[in-house]
Amino acid sequence: MTTTQPGQRRIVIEPVTRVEGHGKVTIMLDEHDQVTQARLHIVEFRGFERYVQGRPYWEMPVLVQRLCGICPVSHHLAAAKALDMVVGVDELTPTGEKMRRLMHYGQTFQSHALHFFHLVSPDLLFGFDADPAIRNVIGVATDPRFQELAVRGVLMRKYGQEVIEATSGKKIHGTGAIPGGINRHLDPERKAHFLAGIEQMVDWSIQTLDLCKGYTRDHLAELAGFGTVPMASMSIVREDGCFDLYDGNLRCVDVDGDIIFDGIKPEQYHEVIAEEVKPWSYMKFPFIKALGPEKGWYRVGPLARMNTCSYIDTPLAEAARAEFMELGGGKPVQVCMAYHWARMIELLHAAEKMRELLQDPDLLAGERVATGTRRGEGMGIIEAPRGTLIHHYKVADDDTVAMANLIVSTTHNNEPMNRSVTKVAVDELSGREITEGLLNRVEIAIRAYDPCLSCATHAVGRMPLEICLYDASGALLDRKAT
Amino acid sequence: MRILVLAWGNPARQDDGLGPALAAALEERAPAGVTISCDYQLQMEDAVVISQHDLVVFVDASTQGDHPFEFQPVQPVQQASFSSHSVSAAALLGLSERCFERRVPAWLLAIRGYRFEPFIEDLTPQAQDNLHAALAFLDQQLRGDAPLALAGAERP
Repeated sequence: MTTTQPGQRRIVIEPVTRVEGHGKVTIMLDEHDQVTQARLHIVEFRGFERYVQGRPYWEMPVLVQRLCGICPVSHHLAAAKALDMVVGVDELTPTGEKMRRLMHYGQTFQSHALHFFHLVSPDLLFGFDADPAIRNVIGVATDPRFQELAVRGVLMRKYGQEVIEATSGKKIHGTGAIPGGINRHLDPERKAHFLAGIEQMVDWSIQTLDLCKGYTRDHLAELAGFGTVPMASMSIVREDGCFDLYDGNLRCVDVDGDIIFDGIKPEQYHEVIAEEVKPWSYMKFPFIKALGPEKGWYRVGPLARMNTCSYIDTPLAEAARAEFMELGGGKPVQVCMAYHWARMIELLHAAEKMRELLQDPDLLAGERVATGTRRGEGMGIIEAPRGTLIHHYKVADDDTVAMANLIVSTTHNNEPMNRSVTKVAVDELSGREITEGLLNRVEIAIRAYDPCLSCATHAVGRMPLEICLYDASGALLDRKAT
Repeated sequence: MRILVLAWGNPARQDDGLGPALAAALEERAPAGVTISCDYQLQMEDAVVISQHDLVVFVDASTQGDHPFEFQPVQPVQQASFSSHSVSAAALLGLSERCFERRVPAWLLAIRGYRFEPFIEDLTPQAQDNLHAALAFLDQQLRGDAPLALAGAERP
């Protein structure tokens, strides 16, 4: 629990708006409005790993999707990858791998489009201090200058969702990926439908990337230090260092770009990463074992992936990456708000990959499932839209799950988000009047990471935004709710 | 008339699954011209689907209310601050109007739920009763001569 020390007052933003899920930000101020401490509290329940114990292992790819209504496909695929190992499959059939990849690129495409158009663009188009009444996607859609942009965002999101449905079988709780492969081919009519629209998706991705890049460059003086804290970056990459969202080994680089570890296979993840529990958060704090919990934190997600990879294997995204990396002057890019630019490079990459895959005949025919010799343990790692996602299962002889460990993207980014929140709070809030715009700056820094904080219920009447201000004694000074 | 029944909720969170449960039951008896869609939560792209229909009935669990269910018209909002996680029915109508130039009449069928604990897939007995009542009501409305034109639909 956060405690209020004498001479401090507390500002609480709960839940954080326009991030996926719920969160609470606590900023501790002293009597002179100087920030002494800032924390992002994440209300994530940790019961899922226990919940799946005793369930048959083949249920996992479907069951784990219930973790999240925002990125169920990432959990679906990470579980399937871990269970590939359990069923003894080290290499999928071409059809199995390509169908899964198409599903994953569809997921990445829709997720990144949603995040940019509906969560981030209001901040960028209207400014950090704009009236909250217009600083949202309805405001974007209502403004004649941006209406087409809002339409485009909706249609890009829809395209990605349709790809997911076609490859996983259902809009929710898809069943497409199974241990050892995939359970369907792509329907030829759906393929024709996607092909008819893919060039538009690529074009819109290019334009969106240009918009985001232009904004970042035009406002670099303001953005460079905003929430920016130098740190290590981690993701999976292929053996040759190629960017890959679906498969690879862990690579981690420090602020200078020097390798901390590389080539770590999924089954070795626990040799390089440990997890720490802190009393004031439900979330675990992973860290690099070799550096310890104090210095071993690192970022994941689009910005990290740009920093760790050696190149991208689609031409348009690779050209964009090379241009992006100039921002770091030969070292990894540390600008927190550059997450958005990096995310749009990935949007373009996903569109290019879908275009490439949709030409591939393996989607329509071929063996779907590979087989092997059963093992007792499996680990799967995937680059979810928000960052590295690790699933680890131990399976008993009776085929039930004996142990599950999940490290989700937002958990990796837990400490980085706390650091960024503190940085913004110190830079923006100290000694100044507490306004909606200032509070939103804290949220803007969090949104850069695109966190998925928990999967809450969505029943009518349950989604207020509440902002509370406490004095030094803990008494409520002010309260705002949407 | 093209009618869309758009239900949402998380079936793994007890009574939050009321929307999906109604959608599943309605699938088996919906009359022609009625499209049923179900998801974890309302999504931005639902604005496209909404714009392609003449009438929308949103279905969700409700955490409040004295009745087994409430049936109320929904008006589009043009100003809203929300997360994508919790986009409202009213905001979707606003998006449909702004982005696709379709103002679609809409109703919300809010079914009273009581417990929303994670990892429990069964509805509470009382929510189950409310579901049956709401389903019977909606079924009747959809089969009427003037489906939900619902000008005449009254709060139960």
